[in-house]
Amino acid sequence: MKLTKGKVFEIGIVVLFGLAIGLLKLKGSPVGSIMGHSALEFGVNIFKVLPCAFVLIGLFEVWVKAETVEKHFGVKSGLRGNFWAIVLASTTVGGLYVAFPVAMALLHKGARLSVVFTYLGAAALVRIPMTIFEASFLGIKFTLVRLLISLPLVILSAELLSKVLKNQILPPNG
Amino acid sequence: MTFFYILTVLALVLSLAFDRNKSWQALQVALKRFLQILPDLLLMTVLVAVVLYLLPQSTIAFYLGKYNLLFSSIVAAILGSVTLMPGFIAYPLCGLLAKQGVPYLVLGIFSTTLMMVGVVTFPLEQRYFGTKVALIRNLVSLLIALIVGLGIGIFFGEI
Repeated sequence: MKLTKGKVFEIGIVVLFGLAIGLLKLKGSPVGSIMGHSALEFGVNIFKVLPCAFVLIGLFEVWVKAETVEKHFGVKSGLRGNFWAIVLASTTVGGLYVAFPVAMALLHKGARLSVVFTYLGAAALVRIPMTIFEASFLGIKFTLVRLLISLPLVILSAELLSKVLKNQILPPNG
Repeated sequence: MTFFYILTVLALVLSLAFDRNKSWQALQVALKRFLQILPDLLLMTVLVAVVLYLLPQSTIAFYLGKYNLLFSSIVAAILGSVTLMPGFIAYPLCGLLAKQGVPYLVLGIFSTTLMMVGVVTFPLEQRYFGTKVALIRNLVSLLIALIVGLGIGIFFGEI
């Protein structure tokens, strides 16, 4: 792993946070326990999902041909590409922190930018377990209205974003 | 979740059966990608802990129903963007608030920004896509969330 300045800074913050939590706990302050607890809980939650997600991304990168991705998600895929991106997004587990690396893997294999943005938006909006949960607590009407308004907007904005940000995506990191 | 584990193991076993070298390569790619992003993930965890401490559920519930429609919407957009909650916590909370009379419009904005706009995931997003892309994507998502809220409000006869 290449350690850039930014990463050293981030690790520094994390270490400081850990020390602060430890110190606050030693002093018997409830702040330390509360923050430590939620950091641990969230950390455990994401690290339950991420190893699997990255193994699948690894398998995807090794096995799936670029032509296949280009065909279904690439420049010539049209709206079909956006459609499949939404289907893929609906099966995404976790949250945006899983969707980002998946989106990047798709992009590197030749998916077009608007499909990638569609995937990111849809991964936030239509993950199946989350949607079922929403409908059961807020009613099916709420969920349907939300999906019917948000999905077209996601596709539309993805097209616009891809035009504006064509040359802005960083080169593959490694 | 269990299904996700089974799927991963199945995919890996299948891959191993076909080609050991490629499978090994895939695991190396997985590890590399994971380590590359690990500092950002740890930072996100710290940010989540701090935000959850400053804005616990009770505080969010309190402020979402406190003001008139316009101001509640703004508060909902800010709280939804800043905090990060899994669906299984967020939706029961929203359901409870709806029962207490918080408008669906406000809950629509809150839940949509919660899922689409990420202040705590920003460093991670920035690492993948760069500052400009991350910033614009989040702003556009905020706009979408506001339109969604408005649509829900109209549909539920709140405005």
